[in-house]
Amino acid sequence: MRLVVEVARILGAERLVTIESAHIDGCLHHGDGGVEFAERLVELGGRVDVPTTLNVGALDLLKPERIRSHAQRKAMALRQMQAYETLGCRPTWTCAPYQVGHRPGLGVHVAWGESNAVAFANSVLGARTNRYGDFMDICCALTRRAPETGLHTDEGRRARVHIDVSPVNPELLSRDVFYPVLGTWLGRTAGDRVPVLTGLPPSVSEDQLKSLGAAAASSGSVGLFHVVGVTPEAPTLAAALGGRTPEEVIGVEPAALKATLDSLSTSTSRDIQAVALGSPHFSDPEFRALEERLPEGRFAVPFYVCTSRSQVERLKEEGRLDGLTAAGVEVVADTCVVVTPILAAGGGVLMTNSGKFAHYTPANTGYDVVYGSLEDCVTSATTGTVSRDEGLWR
Amino acid sequence: MAVEPNVRQVSGRPLVEGTASGPVLVLERPLSFWGGVDPTNGHVSDPRHPQYGHSVAGRVLMMDRAVGSSSSSAIMLELIRNRAAPAAVVMGTADAILALGVLVARELGYETLPMMECPDLDYAAPELRGASATVTPDGVILDWERRTVT
Repeated sequence: MRLVVEVARILGAERLVTIESAHIDGCLHHGDGGVEFAERLVELGGRVDVPTTLNVGALDLLKPERIRSHAQRKAMALRQMQAYETLGCRPTWTCAPYQVGHRPGLGVHVAWGESNAVAFANSVLGARTNRYGDFMDICCALTRRAPETGLHTDEGRRARVHIDVSPVNPELLSRDVFYPVLGTWLGRTAGDRVPVLTGLPPSVSEDQLKSLGAAAASSGSVGLFHVVGVTPEAPTLAAALGGRTPEEVIGVEPAALKATLDSLSTSTSRDIQAVALGSPHFSDPEFRALEERLPEGRFAVPFYVCTSRSQVERLKEEGRLDGLTAAGVEVVADTCVVVTPILAAGGGVLMTNSGKFAHYTPANTGYDVVYGSLEDCVTSATTGTVSRDEGLWR
Repeated sequence: MAVEPNVRQVSGRPLVEGTASGPVLVLERPLSFWGGVDPTNGHVSDPRHPQYGHSVAGRVLMMDRAVGSSSSSAIMLELIRNRAAPAAVVMGTADAILALGVLVARELGYETLPMMECPDLDYAAPELRGASATVTPDGVILDWERRTVT
């Protein structure tokens, strides 16, 4: 509670709100400080006071041998994950808790960590959370309180910037590959101002919004975006703006979008050494889209798909995992390839359809990155050579 | 060559109280500590960031605003435990994620660093580079006394 109150002071909040659920990012091992903190809470007899899910850890608990860390580091990562379970959190180990049934309703206060989950909870579900970091998320879960500020308030949720997507090629709007690029551009453009987007089709899918939010939260500090006619707090443009005029109206120019697309790749190499999908964790519809495109034989390079253990369970139960494995797909559970060493040592070029992977791969793994659509990734992995369809971007 | 004495004070609001000084490092673009700073030695590790290759360790780190992953507080705690943290942090807009890393370090009994919100500082001003700064509970004292002007 001392930490919750200190943070409230820093943020200028006068009151605390009561929260109904939490999602904890602090279970991922960045170093032994996180273990020390979690074990201190356990020693003090801590127990979460609201339903609480856990974000990814640094281990694939279903296949621990997959992680290349030293034994000591793996042991500490495991201690950290176990401490959070002891505090009463659900061992979901996913960055997409909204795909495993944790879906707070419109207007409900929650305390969530993990920037993509925060963007999804606020934007797609209409729940109310600030971007809680490691430590703060568990403090809120233990105390059932969060500072009343920012995205917990009506004023903080009002859109400030109007983003007009109508200049974009309409054909592109229906493609999954568009949304991480738009999100990356949005994060860089909006910064920490709440944006409202017009011009997206009402048919935009939950996975497209997920990838948009994840990319915007990686390249900027976007914790909430409104999409007119799609997200729950934006039935109209005026409603999203709270009846006021926007501080800025920005059109999405095709040239700026193409430049953003190019910035997601750091390599012009023809060869790739791996493909990774699933940041945020792959959903069931995303698996189905991949399964429809699997090659006849096996992929020529390692092909990782990161997801939750609950999705792995579903793939097993429905007899779908074998087909994926036969094609050479390695399904990674409980964690992902940019938070812990899974990729082969020595580096190379990684191809992905995820804006978030594209953002974090170079610094976190030492691999260069090439961004493309799901189809591009599958085709490229089949030959080991980059193949990208950029026709719609011109 | 001449030595130009020059000291200026900018007021601010302490996010974490304390006093510290060191050479200034300005982040020319927002930097996510997670994925952007090596927690073992403080080096800026994002190759796409303008301060790539610089170290935040021992510097008075200045930034207009913070950005990126909510795991940045964990990186701040690791930097403090590994003695690779900035001497102080000065930011245009208060960021609770970085501050929390410092507050948790304090709860665990580590020596911490001051953090200050200074909305009045021009973070793009070229003169900040090459300055030293002292952060106190009242504000930031910028110091060019040791600066050599040619």
